[in-house]
Amino acid sequence: MGDDGSWNLMSRCCGKCWHSLEYPCRNYIRCRTEGPLCHDDQRCRTLRSERVRYIKEGPNGYRIKVPLASCSIAAGAKEVLDAVKEVVESLGIPSDAVKTVGCTGLCYLDPWLELKAPGMPAALYGNVKPAEVEGILKKYFIENDVSGAYAISERTGKARGEGDVPTLSELDVWRLQVRYVSRNCGVVNPESIEDYIAYGGYRGLDRALRMSPEEVIEEVKKSGLRGRGGAGFPTWLKWRICRNQPSKEKYVIVNADEGDPGAFMNRLLAESDPHRVLEGLIIAGYAVGATKGFIFVRAEKPLMAERLQKAVEEARKHGILGKNILGRGFDFDVEVILSAGAFVCGEETALIAAIEGRATPRQRPPYPAVVGLWGKPTVINNVETLAHVATLMAEGWESFAAYGTERSKGTKMFCVTGAVKRTGAYEVPIGTTLRTLVEKIAGGVKEGRKLKAVQIGGPSGGCVPAHLLDTPIDYESLRDAGAIMGSGGIVVMDDTACMVDVARYFTSFIVAESCGKCFPCRIGTKILYDTLTKITEGKGTLEDLEILESVGRVVRDASLCALGGTAPNPVLSTLRHFRDEYLAHIIDKKCPAGVCTKLLKYRINPDKCVGCGTCAKHCPAGAISKDEKSGKYVIDQEKCVKCGTCVTICPVNAVVKEV
Amino acid sequence: MAQLLKLIPRETTPGALAHDVAAKYGRERRYLIRMLQEIQSTYGYLPQEALRVIANELRIPLTEVLTVATFYHQFRLEKPGEFIIMLCMGTACHLRGNAANYEFLRTYLGIKPGRSTTSDGVFSVEKARCFGCCSLAPVVMVVSRDGSYRKLYGGVTPAKLRRIIAEHRAKLAKKR
Repeated sequence: MGDDGSWNLMSRCCGKCWHSLEYPCRNYIRCRTEGPLCHDDQRCRTLRSERVRYIKEGPNGYRIKVPLASCSIAAGAKEVLDAVKEVVESLGIPSDAVKTVGCTGLCYLDPWLELKAPGMPAALYGNVKPAEVEGILKKYFIENDVSGAYAISERTGKARGEGDVPTLSELDVWRLQVRYVSRNCGVVNPESIEDYIAYGGYRGLDRALRMSPEEVIEEVKKSGLRGRGGAGFPTWLKWRICRNQPSKEKYVIVNADEGDPGAFMNRLLAESDPHRVLEGLIIAGYAVGATKGFIFVRAEKPLMAERLQKAVEEARKHGILGKNILGRGFDFDVEVILSAGAFVCGEETALIAAIEGRATPRQRPPYPAVVGLWGKPTVINNVETLAHVATLMAEGWESFAAYGTERSKGTKMFCVTGAVKRTGAYEVPIGTTLRTLVEKIAGGVKEGRKLKAVQIGGPSGGCVPAHLLDTPIDYESLRDAGAIMGSGGIVVMDDTACMVDVARYFTSFIVAESCGKCFPCRIGTKILYDTLTKITEGKGTLEDLEILESVGRVVRDASLCALGGTAPNPVLSTLRHFRDEYLAHIIDKKCPAGVCTKLLKYRINPDKCVGCGTCAKHCPAGAISKDEKSGKYVIDQEKCVKCGTCVTICPVNAVVKEV
Repeated sequence: MAQLLKLIPRETTPGALAHDVAAKYGRERRYLIRMLQEIQSTYGYLPQEALRVIANELRIPLTEVLTVATFYHQFRLEKPGEFIIMLCMGTACHLRGNAANYEFLRTYLGIKPGRSTTSDGVFSVEKARCFGCCSLAPVVMVVSRDGSYRKLYGGVTPAKLRRIIAEHRAKLAKKR
């Protein structure tokens, strides 16, 4: 029975169904959607197929989807949902047509709304304001008019205004994506196991449990899946090493402690399709012979933690976790652990230390697959890796290996943020060029601006300059360009970004996150940071560039863990590709992009100033005063904190920023 | 605040709470982070007394507790303001102006160097790591001390920050 007592897919069809937690049916998963399998009854069959149709198409074909993920909630999706609920029944639409889903990754449209009526194409509306909801719903459901929509699902010729609206598959942002692991994002209700199963969920686990663990590892090996957390280590190999350890106790951990600034694909996946991540974790547990799994999730991303926790509870309730899973004699349970937040916890040994209640990473080898959590063999996989495992186990390795390049198979999610028109999380085959991703899918930089560089791989990554945009995104090509794949955060920078400042920003991040255990990272990154600060303040010398390079090399080569080993990447890659900007700061004492505050000045043009005093009133530092003689206002450069408030607030644009 | 007072009986001290929390987790060293998380969720920070009691209960040196408490970002050792204004320091937010917003906010609220809370104890300003809402950059989150209230603002400018401050001052005045 469902939570509210009504029948749902997880319930029994009739008294003939004998499945229970004590005596689980081996066909439990398949039976939910295709059943009944143990007896033949047309009534039971209809019950199930009707329910699947109801979930996929909504009551009588009516569907209103509202995304509830962290980012859409922040953009106002809850208010939109309230507005929808208020008017839906007055329009004659059943109230259960309203469905909350996860996020599609089209962040620039947040909050969006997807409408579907029988016979009409589904229509997607972007940047919806609560006040507009009633109008949009009326227009679509009553007047059958889709004009004003961002996109529609297909051309049916039955709705008005269809000609003015593109279909989703005509848009680059959708057409060039391959939604393999993110297929359910924005489709299923992330808080419902029933929804996940209706869309084919837990089929991967069902299939895996029919194989031997060795066969599962072999399947993953054939798919060519490599870790999606950054380093690209073959997933099957990690599993095999762990499986071969004689220990009776083994653990699997999903690393959901996403910490790269600008990367949120793990949050998006886990918030929108948490069961897929859990399914992957259970399969990993089965393959390596573990009895317990951990989900290590960041406390600062509460919704992600909440949804994963809920997924675990629901799975446990239905016997997908616990003793004798699906009657195959496999015992496995999962615990959700809230991370207290430290970037270094992305490093495997530091993550283990955090679960054990300690801090700081340790020397490797031995690798965690041999000596891990509480000294036992442990496999740690990334959220996206495990979601891929669940998908490819359901569909076979061929479906995964059909995408990608010779050496890196499959698809990968990337978050494109910064100075682009369409910020979002996009899934593309590995080997797609940066240009396709940044210019076609994300729409390139804003009108009148010039793309300068893309930063890929987070604080451990590097900057790829505009002329190398045709670099295919795979582990090897990116390394050659001085960057890394990382977890897949791509920050696009236009000509308003200062590359020295960017290098300094990433180094400041590393200085704050360095655990301090080994000195090359602890002291070296601080030297890098101080030297960069000196340069951005106009006090740099040519010698400083040599310091950056030599210290950078030491930090890279001598640090204990990968955090330090990759820490100088932003510095070294900007030095390599944007040396002229460093020279401008050092020789001309100028910041060409006008970012480094110590090198710029705000000045009020006395010819334009009308003496209204708005700037003085709003200056937080009290740096603006009236020159009694002329009646104009002037900025005291000593007091000015260069926040730029006066520029934005001046009614006659008299304040100028001097580079 | 009223909600907070309901949660803690008047006689409970940080030390007594720490004692109960330690007992709840069987005084096991490996649950140290979880114990600290629970204490912080009650007080909004880790009071010194609680840390000392935890060290005692677990029979480990206080420095070991402090090592963990200072290593992870989540933990605060100083009592924060009624509202904590967290500025996202992710890459997109940095590039779009949160570095300048941070400087503005500290100057505007008159927070002294080396401190993060206003002298009247109403606002704390903190740098936070990426919230993952990069499409709304630059982003600021306002959280109440007990964590029961949180609100996220996107596209933040100094002018918008003034409005946010005013909004929360009004909220506090109403509550009092």
